[in-house]
Amino acid sequence: MDYRICSFTGLKIHKTAEDLIKWNVVTAILFLALGGFMALLVALTRWPSVHYLGPANYYRFLTLHGFDALLLWILFFEVALVHFTSAVLLNTRVVAPFSAWIAYALMLVGAVFVNIVTFAGKADVLFTSYVPLKANGVYYLGVIIFAVGALTAFGNFFANIIQARRDKAYKHTLPLGTYGLAAASIIGVVTLAHGAVIMIPVFFWSIDLIKYIDPATYRLIFWGLGHSSQQINVCAMVAMWYMAAAFVLGAKPVNEKLSRTAFVLYILFINVASEHHLLVDPVLSNWHKIVNTGYMMHLAVLASMIHAFAIPASMEVALRNKGYTKGLFDWLKNAPWGNPAFSATFLSIIGFGFLGGITGVIFGTEQFNIIRHNTFAITGHFHGTVVSGTTTAFMGGTYLLIPYIFRRELVLPKLATIQPYLYAIGVAMFAISMMAAGSYGVPRRHWDITFSNAIFSFSFDPSIDIFLSMMGVGALLAVLGGVIFIIVSLGSIVFGKKTS
Amino acid sequence: MAEEKKTEEEKEPVPAWQLFYDDIMLLFFLGVAIPTLIYTVWGLMEIVQIPELPVFKP
Repeated sequence: MDYRICSFTGLKIHKTAEDLIKWNVVTAILFLALGGFMALLVALTRWPSVHYLGPANYYRFLTLHGFDALLLWILFFEVALVHFTSAVLLNTRVVAPFSAWIAYALMLVGAVFVNIVTFAGKADVLFTSYVPLKANGVYYLGVIIFAVGALTAFGNFFANIIQARRDKAYKHTLPLGTYGLAAASIIGVVTLAHGAVIMIPVFFWSIDLIKYIDPATYRLIFWGLGHSSQQINVCAMVAMWYMAAAFVLGAKPVNEKLSRTAFVLYILFINVASEHHLLVDPVLSNWHKIVNTGYMMHLAVLASMIHAFAIPASMEVALRNKGYTKGLFDWLKNAPWGNPAFSATFLSIIGFGFLGGITGVIFGTEQFNIIRHNTFAITGHFHGTVVSGTTTAFMGGTYLLIPYIFRRELVLPKLATIQPYLYAIGVAMFAISMMAAGSYGVPRRHWDITFSNAIFSFSFDPSIDIFLSMMGVGALLAVLGGVIFIIVSLGSIVFGKKTS
Repeated sequence: MAEEKKTEEEKEPVPAWQLFYDDIMLLFFLGVAIPTLIYTVWGLMEIVQIPELPVFKP
């Protein structure tokens, strides 16, 4: 069996696992670059004084931005984490290499299908692709192929941990990082099953083999895919936080049982958060909405609150053990702020908690959702979760994987040091501005908020121009941070000095 | 001595909660069943009970 020992972590790394991680990480970064470029074009269009794209290109690039940045970058990176936490952290092997490579190939083929057909202007249906909006069949086929690939990758994770137990790589309890990815994989199976249930009939509908898809049913099941895919991100991101704290600081969870409890709460209850998208939907009863968002969902919120305290506490304990014990905040002052893996992780925790998490809980209540639904505030909220939270955490993860897996040193280390700060400030600025503009009723998605050809005239409070301009400036900063990340990460992978 | 201690630790009963937390397949089953029943199946049951508009012919 082809293994090597990592000189940084002492972990035994299976060659196939290493190759799979490398390919998935590089593919993820390339799709982040593509999705980020689309983000720039879209942000420049929502900035009223620039209003860069025309309507057709705006909706086209918004569709691509959603698919590439929200699904492809994040899921390819998560599959890399699937292999890292199962084969590498457990010091074991990839049980079914062929199936793991097939999973990667299917995901890539699906991703390419969707990108080509959308670029060709045959799928301007946005990320939600709500019926009766109809895209070319290749779009839905691409989504299905991608979903089957991702599902196979999660299947590989379960096969790896079952084999690892047989090989006595662990006795009863999985390491916490692996446990977090187990939670993400379980959520992933539910998510992708919903995707199959709705996307397969919609594909047949798009090629006229099925006459009618009920929009209410589509909305219900689509959000079992669309929102739940973000819950995979939450689990993988939190697992990444624990792993980054452990690798950078040697931190251990203050109470591992409590952290596991939080992951179990995610497994059981986080998927019902899909209901947030249906809170203003007249089709479902209040009981359905209240039970899912009012009761069940808050058990998952409790889990996030546990992680929000547990991880910084573990960092504090680790730094105090290193001797930074003076006063209340000596540990914080002496934290390795110049290490981009640490700073990205810490900024991700702050950003996810204060920008994404809190606003999500507020906007997810039925009374408040009726005011904010489909406004720009929602866009601000989910950029707080998936960009400020997940993307920043995965950037930190990339800075760890470059020496551990790619065995390269970072190029341009000074740029790498400032990158997480630049990115986090930019994202915070545009997410807060979106929420401020949304609170004045500015709609999400809409190309022309002046409603110039509408029968009835309408104008927003003039102060929205300030917020939308701040959003534009924040987006430029974030894009600059994103460009630096891509230069540093891909530059290190290709040109970085080889480590021992 | 160390071996004796290890054997005693191994004999110590694993708490029920830990057994539950470590049972990934049980968590898998519950993680699939709970949202499928509470969100999806219940939602579909409500949707199919809504009468169709008489004028609407898809």
